[in-house]
Amino acid sequence: MSHAIKQERKATQALAAVEKETRLMQGNQAIAEGAIYAGARFFAGYPITPSSEIADECAKRMPALGGMYMQMEDEIASIAAVIGASLAGAKAFTATSGPGFSLMQENLGLAVMGEVPCVIVNVQRSGPSTGLATKPAQSDIMQIRWGRHGDQAVIALCPASVRECFTLTVQAFNFAERFRLPVILMPDEIVGHMRENVALPLPGELEVLQRKAPGGAPAAYLPFKPDADGIAPLAAYGSEYVFHVTSSMHGTDGYSNNDPANAAWRVRQLHEKIERYRDDIVLTRSYYTEEMEVLIVTLGATTRAGRAAALEARAQGIKAGVLQLQTVWPFPDKEIAALGARARMVVVPEMNYSGQVAGEVQKALGPGADIRRVNRYNGTIITPQDILDAMIRPANAERG
Amino acid sequence: MSHATGLKYVKPGVMPHMWCSGCGIGGMLGALLRAFEELGYGKTDTVVVTGIGCTGKADDYLLTNALHTTHGRALAYATGIKAFKPQLNVVVLMGDGDSVTIGGNHFIHAARRNIDLTAIVLNNLNYGMTGGQVSGTTPEWAITSTTSYGNPEREFDICALAETAGANYVARCTPDAGWEMKEIMKQALGRKGFSLVEVVSPCPTHFGRNNDMKETPAMLQWLAERATPVERYRQLAEAERKSHFPIGTLVDKHEPDFNTRYDTIRARARQA
Repeated sequence: MSHAIKQERKATQALAAVEKETRLMQGNQAIAEGAIYAGARFFAGYPITPSSEIADECAKRMPALGGMYMQMEDEIASIAAVIGASLAGAKAFTATSGPGFSLMQENLGLAVMGEVPCVIVNVQRSGPSTGLATKPAQSDIMQIRWGRHGDQAVIALCPASVRECFTLTVQAFNFAERFRLPVILMPDEIVGHMRENVALPLPGELEVLQRKAPGGAPAAYLPFKPDADGIAPLAAYGSEYVFHVTSSMHGTDGYSNNDPANAAWRVRQLHEKIERYRDDIVLTRSYYTEEMEVLIVTLGATTRAGRAAALEARAQGIKAGVLQLQTVWPFPDKEIAALGARARMVVVPEMNYSGQVAGEVQKALGPGADIRRVNRYNGTIITPQDILDAMIRPANAERG
Repeated sequence: MSHATGLKYVKPGVMPHMWCSGCGIGGMLGALLRAFEELGYGKTDTVVVTGIGCTGKADDYLLTNALHTTHGRALAYATGIKAFKPQLNVVVLMGDGDSVTIGGNHFIHAARRNIDLTAIVLNNLNYGMTGGQVSGTTPEWAITSTTSYGNPEREFDICALAETAGANYVARCTPDAGWEMKEIMKQALGRKGFSLVEVVSPCPTHFGRNNDMKETPAMLQWLAERATPVERYRQLAEAERKSHFPIGTLVDKHEPDFNTRYDTIRARARQA
């Protein structure tokens, strides 16, 4: 590239920066941009469809920012390196899909146990096993919640648009930093590969949180002793605060501790820090729910189909509304129960066979609720018509 | 000058340690901490990363920063720490299971990447913590609790593996020679790039008991018969080498480490 062209491009970029930039972007690219906006400067990963564009973008963008892209030997190493970098003070993340996410589970457990902030993007694809490797699915919902051994909880967010890929990535980092835990961003392949025009938030427009650092005397620092807010401050390796982190059961000082009372406290605390802030963490969006007889519960790619179905239903005289789950874990049961109480029927479209969301909706609404499942598990998208069909079929009919 | 004891890195009140009588881990750890002291390592700028197993318990005795990880993955965690904060001294303590059996993939890639870590592998020739099962370094035909009729598989040569994969520094020692072990560890710690020290250790409790060396002296004798200074080892005939292993510094190179190379990437990216 000639010097003149470079200069001109720089001038154009400077102009564009003044006004809010609208860019045609892919969901995966917006995730990488969102992570950088949130302050992520370390990415370690292993290529896998349909998430690889996130790695590509980080490899291009991180070095000039003083950050780092590391291509590790597998996904086990990727999440391990992310956790290591986070403990050294980085905002760190990785991106993968089903097979890689499966490989990450054991080390993700260490991030929970060691209370290490990090973000894991699982761009969901169709399984089981290698499955339809390039096709979308929403079938990792339960694995994201329960995939690790031991009793534990995580936060999971699911974007439905390219803009949400950006904003929910920033939110994922904020939750990770604020609550000292791994947060999983779980777009499906459709959203990850979708391209839309987006006006990206300007610097300072979205809140960006940093983990709480310790104060006081370094010798008195206890890396697992929660403050009154329920969260323990986290130092970075290399600071004056020396600390231990272990995958084993440990006391507030981070050293191994086999005392049953301590073990019970630790397990409880790992859950309670999420339960306590549950209402801050659970994010939903609702559409057309003011006057409503049919509630459609959506996440990710089913959101647009659900909204289109609701509008079409209203044109046909059925008052339908949509509740989009931006937060999937902890599950928005209260929000579903509140809206579901006003509806005679709840439709749950999701791209899996087993009704992983519908089962949770059932729990939230209790027995007797008219819940219509709409399931696709062949790698193709759920259409508005699929959802409309579910509304008009008789209760308890064979699902479509 | 008084002798380095390494005690300033040891958590008060944790002794006696949990390792069996005759085991080499305590000696290995002592040599490492004396090396820390002689090199002037601080507690704040040092991170000890451990895996799982007998050697993996070492971090609980230490006052430096520490990360006790999952089985076989210590090097991958350490890679993230060092890559993001190159000014830290990152030392990885593993057993033969962690390093070249379950974690073999991370081992060869850490060496290939030449990331500036010091990896200490305590090779006790079997899985001690779980009761003496066969590992990737158990000698062929040796008896373990899962090879009752002898090990049908051949063992890894940890040092040869590290050398082939691209490590800058490779050395082997035995825990009966504490001063030599400490000196080797100082060299490994001081060398930029991936450094590997294999400490071949007795395990009288399991490996020894299963192979007619129940008492520690018998295991030490077994090691002494095999451990051969590298200069002498290189003069041995091929047939003789089979019953010996070389000790001392085996590889000593100065190739640029991962972080140095990544600085080049950053400079290129800024000019693009």
